[in-house]
Amino acid sequence: MRLLALCGIPLVTALVVLVLPVFRGRRVPVALLGVVAAVHLALVTSLWVTPAPEALGGWLAADPLGLTVLTVTSVLFLVTVTYAVGYLRHDRPRSGQVFAGCLLAFLSAASLVALAHHLAMLWVGMEATTLSVAPLIFLRRDRRSLEATWKYLVISSVGIALALLGTFFLASAQVDVAGRPLVLPDLLAHARELHPAWLRAAFLFLLVGFGTKMGLAPMHTWKPDTYGEAPSLVSGLMAGALTGCAFLGVARVTEVMMAAGLEGFAQPVLIGFGLVSLAAAAAFIIGQGDVKRLLAYSSVEHMGLLVLGLGLGGVGTYGSMLHLVNNGLSKGWVFLVTGNLVLATGSATAAGNRGLVRTLPVSAVLLVLGLFAVTGSPPFGLFMSEFTLLRAAIDAGHPWIAAVMLLALAVIFVGMAALVLGIALGEPPPGVVPVRESPWLVAGPIALAAAVLMLGVYIPGPLHDVLARAAVALGGRGP
Amino acid sequence: MTPAGWTALLILGVAAPVMPGLVVKTKSLLTGRRGAPVLQLYADLWKLVRKGTVYSRTTTWVFRAAPVVVLASLFVAMLFLPLDGRGAPAGFAGDVVAFAGLLALARFALVLAGMDTGSSFEGMGASREVTIASFAEPALFLCFVALVLATDALSLSGMLGTPLAAAWPQAGASLSLVGIGLFVLLLAENSRVPVDDPATHLELTMIHEVIVLDHSGPDLALILYGSALKLTVFAVLVVSVFVPRADLSGPAAVAVLLAGLGAVAVAIGVVESIMARLRLTRVPQLLVGAAALALFAIILQLQ
Amino acid sequence: MHGAPQLVLLLVVLSDLAVLGTTRLSSCIRIVAAQGMLLGLLPLLLAPQLSVHTVSLAAGTVVVKAIVLPWFLMWAIREAAVRREVEPLVGFIASQLLGAVAVALAFAIASRLPLPVVQHALLVPVSLATLMIGFIVLTTRRKALTQVVGYLILENGIYLFGLTHAERVPFLIEIGVLLDIFVGVFIMGIVVFHINREFDSLDATRLRELAD
Repeated sequence: MRLLALCGIPLVTALVVLVLPVFRGRRVPVALLGVVAAVHLALVTSLWVTPAPEALGGWLAADPLGLTVLTVTSVLFLVTVTYAVGYLRHDRPRSGQVFAGCLLAFLSAASLVALAHHLAMLWVGMEATTLSVAPLIFLRRDRRSLEATWKYLVISSVGIALALLGTFFLASAQVDVAGRPLVLPDLLAHARELHPAWLRAAFLFLLVGFGTKMGLAPMHTWKPDTYGEAPSLVSGLMAGALTGCAFLGVARVTEVMMAAGLEGFAQPVLIGFGLVSLAAAAAFIIGQGDVKRLLAYSSVEHMGLLVLGLGLGGVGTYGSMLHLVNNGLSKGWVFLVTGNLVLATGSATAAGNRGLVRTLPVSAVLLVLGLFAVTGSPPFGLFMSEFTLLRAAIDAGHPWIAAVMLLALAVIFVGMAALVLGIALGEPPPGVVPVRESPWLVAGPIALAAAVLMLGVYIPGPLHDVLARAAVALGGRGP
Repeated sequence: MTPAGWTALLILGVAAPVMPGLVVKTKSLLTGRRGAPVLQLYADLWKLVRKGTVYSRTTTWVFRAAPVVVLASLFVAMLFLPLDGRGAPAGFAGDVVAFAGLLALARFALVLAGMDTGSSFEGMGASREVTIASFAEPALFLCFVALVLATDALSLSGMLGTPLAAAWPQAGASLSLVGIGLFVLLLAENSRVPVDDPATHLELTMIHEVIVLDHSGPDLALILYGSALKLTVFAVLVVSVFVPRADLSGPAAVAVLLAGLGAVAVAIGVVESIMARLRLTRVPQLLVGAAALALFAIILQLQ
Repeated sequence: MHGAPQLVLLLVVLSDLAVLGTTRLSSCIRIVAAQGMLLGLLPLLLAPQLSVHTVSLAAGTVVVKAIVLPWFLMWAIREAAVRREVEPLVGFIASQLLGAVAVALAFAIASRLPLPVVQHALLVPVSLATLMIGFIVLTTRRKALTQVVGYLILENGIYLFGLTHAERVPFLIEIGVLLDIFVGVFIMGIVVFHINREFDSLDATRLRELAD
């Protein structure tokens, strides 16, 4: 019941907002968004306290993997909505109805993806997240955002189509095998009887398809443009929540591969994609001049790390799960702060912003701290997860992977620091006055920063438990 | 070959000029005109034969020999076709290549004669004709390969005769595609719309007509008759693929062939009425499309 | 009923090759509409007996793929006042040859795939061929609208492959997939409309401002 509510309430609200004429016009119904976000988070919290039974005959269920992604999505959504209260005072979208409706549709679709145990339903939800975000990218209606939206639509649609083909391949692998087609528990139970050739083909297509949605290299080319042109709070949601949902698609098929005993095939492929993503991110971050594009490449890097952890196995899967949480929260944090930047000066480029410490002191501090967090410095949470991944690489007997990781992380740190510190420090351009930072605009990022800081030092028991169980399901182990 | 086959050969030799007439008649009726009589080409041939020939001073023996070579090669090519649906008067394994070679020889002689005149119109027509041929030949061979795969026979009398009738039940789809491809090639090789407009009188837009611009009198009569014969040969190919007549008795097979030829002529007329001529740069695309159809037919056979 | 599905599948491949060869955008859209109609017929022809499931799936497919989406794309063309596709990035002749090669590859791959029971021997090769040709159209055409047509063909190919599991994938999922495709193309059409307004052309190669 609660699971159906998690998917259904945002969906119904979205339909109401999109259909009823009372919502037409430029005003965004932020209060309504806030209520739905709060209810959603409350329901998710209740799932942590008392587990919910399956719904829809086993198609919807909250297992540790899905619960993690769902929690991150829900928290990010609530924080984004609180941020939006302050943001919308300065910059109104042209259609508040579309803005609110698409955000709610996204929440519903993301919940569906997180809770889906029928892999075709997961696909439907994934496609729905793609489509619900597209109008949000296009909010400014100018040439650059139009171009970004078009590239996003074309590349994502091809990726999702390949993922659908992979899903059908998976169904082909299940022919003549007992169990309901494409239902995850049945797939896992009879994994050893699945047809290996079809299963391998399914894995490849699902990895490429959902990897396109994640933004793994070499399918990442839409990311910088999209994150750069979309409004910052939309980019934050995409970088934190949507990537997690896409990763879930990859993780589900990896679960099946591990259960079927095909890890020898799956792991090298995952490691390969991970390393390529790290290399691509490092290569393009140097000399980057726009903070949002910079963060997009950072997102590519972190997606690479997630997939690398899956591929390394052992404690690496735990590291990936922890990284999923850390990355989601910190990306939300940094993108929201960048939103403040854009509100104050109109652009997120180095050329337009200097001496932020004087004009937007709180945001500047948050931005610099965010730089350190996102690049994996202690005491922030990402350091812990990346350290776990390094440990996993050495445990698996591939110290060279750890070396490549460190090299890439170092290069990325240098590239990001150059831009962020250049923006934060120095003299502000003439004519820029200090801007009042309303509490709405900074409360959210501060909360997320505190959470990431805490995760760097101490991981709460229930969270650790859930992450460890997810890691085991993925063929690895807890720390 | 059976007596029915020889009769068919004789009939085709005499009645070939009816084909262009039928095409023109169909076009006229479809556009609301009465049009020239179906037997108009006979009247033209009779008129031309009684005229004298004029030879340009720039031409050589090549120009004089061309019409004869054209007619001779087309006649010999017709001998390879199984007109009664069973066997041809002449045939050997691999005579497909000889057949295509003879058609190419006819075209070659015509093109050479055109260039022999030294006129730039003919030269332009010659280069266009040969370009189109370089796309049409591979398509033709692909169609033949598909037929070979379907019938396991290497000579035309096998490919279009009894083995073809046996192959139709299984390979029906593939053979239909081959038939369509051959029809497109018919339009290309015989200078029909959409490849070339036979009714145009602007030399710069012509392909085939302009090559024979300088011929006159009996030479022109031979060439016009040769074009009609070439049209008939291709039409026989198309009809043989679509309607295998091996199971019919001799006279019935010939009657069906003649009826089929008439149907092909009407079909050409219909196509010419509804389509406009393609831009010259689009003609290779059309022929590559026909080749793709034939390729697809081959793939279906290999399945 | 062996002949009817085979005929339909052959027509599907022919329509793919036809899209590769045509320059007029309206012809492209009409051919894809015809393809959608053929695809809607297939479940009815392949199912051993008609059930509510197959009939509604067929009806839904025909409505979405053969009527609504083509009508919507035609509206986009009218708005954009675009008639013809310009020379694609690969060239028309080359793309036709590529298409023929793709068909050959598809048949070759399909013969090696270990498929236990398929309703019709041509179903898998035709689905792979349609997939590949859809991908070719999507990546090599310049006009944004033709890219959307390519996406539709790609989805048609995947749908064909999905027909091999017609009984095993539940109705709800198929409706969900159809709906997703509908909304996807709808949104793409809206974006194309805006692209035309902003850039005064549908040439997607003009979208080049963002780069690193």
